[in-house]
Amino acid sequence: MIAFGITALLLLGSSFMVVNTRDLVRAVLWLAVSLGLTAIAFVQLQADMLAALQIMLYTGGVITLMLFSVLLTWTRKNGKPQLEIIAPARGVLAAGAFLSLLVSAILRSELPQGPVLEKSNSEAVGALFLQDHVLAFEALSVILLAAMVGAIVLARRKDAV
Amino acid sequence: MTLTADLQAWLLLSAVLFSTGIYGVLTRRNGLGILLSIELMVNAINLNLVAFGWARGDHTGQVIALFGIALTVAEVAVGLALMIQMSRTVKSLDLGRATELNG
Repeated sequence: MIAFGITALLLLGSSFMVVNTRDLVRAVLWLAVSLGLTAIAFVQLQADMLAALQIMLYTGGVITLMLFSVLLTWTRKNGKPQLEIIAPARGVLAAGAFLSLLVSAILRSELPQGPVLEKSNSEAVGALFLQDHVLAFEALSVILLAAMVGAIVLARRKDAV
Repeated sequence: MTLTADLQAWLLLSAVLFSTGIYGVLTRRNGLGILLSIELMVNAINLNLVAFGWARGDHTGQVIALFGIALTVAEVAVGLALMIQMSRTVKSLDLGRATELNG
């Protein structure tokens, strides 16, 4: 429970920093902290393989990609990339309304009664992934290919005025 | 601590994270800032899936979260390519300034 408290506090703090900092590079780095802490949360929930994948794909891949594009879109004329925060009251109102909806739903609903996962089992995850859900797995590979081709086409097109 | 309270704590945590993402999407105008907030929201969803899988004692939640992670990576790649293209054509990442379809 103490581990949960520490992880939750750090996770909340780093996520608030992502949306509140005005410096784009810092926002990306705070997102890296937040995603890394989520990997720690996954370990606490007995999802070791997912934690490893989270670190490899998110904190390794996505954050690097984001830093690259921050620096690629950084023009000297505009100076340091700044993030302004527009209408914070409206944002707080909308997010607060949605949060109260979620919280009331969570507090009222009947949650599953376990038995919980006692031990992480990557073999079972892999078996589910490649046997029961193999169709989704194949569809995913097509989606990834399409996204890769699309990203290259979009980013390389120079003639668009 | 009973299990229900434990699961409830995880769900509440991920609800707050998701709302943080909504706040970010609504208050940012920079395209990259909005992408960061969407990442936060997807992350909260994955946490929710894994927490439910943990509480029910089966691994399907982790499998779905795995699909979610892979899809998000694809989404981020396309989103960032769009942002790079936009910084070339509109010379800005301000989504309010992207007013023409055929740039």
